[in-house]
Amino acid sequence: MSFLILGNAPDALEARRSFLGKSGLLLSGAAVALLVGQEALAKGGKSGASDVRILNTALGAELEAIAAYQLGAESGLLQKPVLDLALTFQGHHKEHADVLSKTIAKLGGKPVSAKDKYSFPTDTLKTQADVLRFAATLEKGAVSAYLGAVPVFQNSDLAKAAASILGDEAMHWAILRNALGEVPVPSAFMA
Amino acid sequence: MAGLLAGAVLAVAVGTAQAAARDAAVRGDAKAGEAIYARCLACHALAYDRTGPRHCGLFGRHAGSVNGFAYSEAMKRSKIVWGGRTLDRFLANPLQAVPGTAMGYAGVTDRKERADLIAYLELANGSPECRKQQ
Repeated sequence: MSFLILGNAPDALEARRSFLGKSGLLLSGAAVALLVGQEALAKGGKSGASDVRILNTALGAELEAIAAYQLGAESGLLQKPVLDLALTFQGHHKEHADVLSKTIAKLGGKPVSAKDKYSFPTDTLKTQADVLRFAATLEKGAVSAYLGAVPVFQNSDLAKAAASILGDEAMHWAILRNALGEVPVPSAFMA
Repeated sequence: MAGLLAGAVLAVAVGTAQAAARDAAVRGDAKAGEAIYARCLACHALAYDRTGPRHCGLFGRHAGSVNGFAYSEAMKRSKIVWGGRTLDRFLANPLQAVPGTAMGYAGVTDRKERADLIAYLELANGSPECRKQQ
């Protein structure tokens, strides 16, 4: 896992934070929600029931991803620094869910709630690699799901926000593949 | 007149042959379809319900009929029975095929990819994982 150790080197992290902070590239989830919500509302009615349904489907998948990472974190199979990585990714999914939930509410919809219980293939998760592979499968699916959702939003601001989440999921997928010793970015295009 | 008739018959014959060739060309490859199914795995699984319903038992099933799954009203009212043709139509553009579906997805627009995906789903429905549910 040398890539993780390298990636977590204090100097490297500090330099990255400094760059992102100074360049203004960091946009918090709350800021995205605010922008999306205000834009969508300002356009009045352009974001219809269809957009709310798409957002709610995405929210359902994000809530499941949070539960999946929780399962991985509590499995006892993940060792540091992989465990920290999983928790970081789970934190991203929590931010996505928060943004989606607030946006749905702003658009007059009712955000779905997390299920009391999720089904996961726990009988196949025996090692750290199994957990990583399972997470990678979900992340790849998430990239495809957002890719399929982006063009069907009626409101282009929502499409932009979904694309922003897509980019994050794609990075998760690449890093999980790298952790598994696989080519992190296996192709030039996603489907 | 006879010439016109012969021309029409020929046109029909050519059209039929072209349709047959097209059908043959899109015969699904389950192996390729398995890779395409990876796109569905954010929301679906074969054996259990997730954001989307399970795919075991899909063929011959009425849309919106998996017990305990919270379908959209549109899907419940769709009167679709899932099979090769209905899946092909739905997967090409879910929101157009069933307006109001919760599956907010642009679709699998490539005909061959849809055929591959459907071939995989058919194969997977005969797998031990799915047979356990019957």
